Amino acid sequence: MSRQKHKPSAHRRPASALLFAALGDKTRLALVARLCSGQPASIAQLTAGSRITRQAVTKHLRVLQHAGIVRGVHAGREHRFALDPNSIEEMQLYLDRVSRQWDQALARLKVFVEE
Amino acid sequence: MENKIEKTIELNAPVARVWRALTDYREFGEWFRVALEGPFVPGQPARGHITWPGYEHVVWQAIVQKMEPESLFSFAWHPYAVDPSVDYSSEPPTLVEFRLEPIPTGTRLTLTESGFENVPAHRRAEAFRMNDGGWTQQMKNIEIHVAPKT
Repeated sequence: MSRQKHKPSAHRRPASALLFAALGDKTRLALVARLCSGQPASIAQLTAGSRITRQAVTKHLRVLQHAGIVRGVHAGREHRFALDPNSIEEMQLYLDRVSRQWDQALARLKVFVEE
Repeated sequence: MENKIEKTIELNAPVARVWRALTDYREFGEWFRVALEGPFVPGQPARGHITWPGYEHVVWQAIVQKMEPESLFSFAWHPYAVDPSVDYSSEPPTLVEFRLEPIPTGTRLTLTESGFENVPAHRRAEAFRMNDGGWTQQMKNIEIHVAPKT
């Protein structure tokens, strides 16, 4: 993993808090979903086809970048953004998704066996 | 960090009832939303189709690991293996375990899913893509479907 420095437990807490804050927003989750193809995208590309302003996208990207989910990459003169696939935060995001799936499945199981 | 999911739920139903809901392939399919082709057999693959509206084309596949009556049911699978053009069988699976324990009110069920550290990063991304593709809405549909009728 490229983020070894975040491994010691003393550094874990702030990272988790940042992640939590980064996720508490629909626009940011949508940006993460857009970047999931693995292709870096520019702010213009991320803004296209959405009702969100360029300024707002920039702001949300900064939050995601700060939380270590997204990183900036340079493609010529253009600045693009990509998911950091090796980040601990990305793994945590993923686990959170799968975890919510199980919450739903177990809730259905509960209804099924108790009815 | 621990790449593992663990959940505990208390069910107001006897262990025998919960065991049946987990291991009878038809009952499992009811709440898990998958139409399975046949019974679960340890060491054997279990196959079927997801029955979520909009995802019926998706093949569901797992390899049954352990079936210790009224105590442990486990299978290995690929979470979010939803791309029909990808052969997931060569990728490392995760392990899902259901442990049952009798309690005065019924059953304590502990679910664990482990092995996520082996899931390739580009596969993990599928979890988000799928969500973006309307999975959240499907979840809502199901919630409405299973909610007690008034």
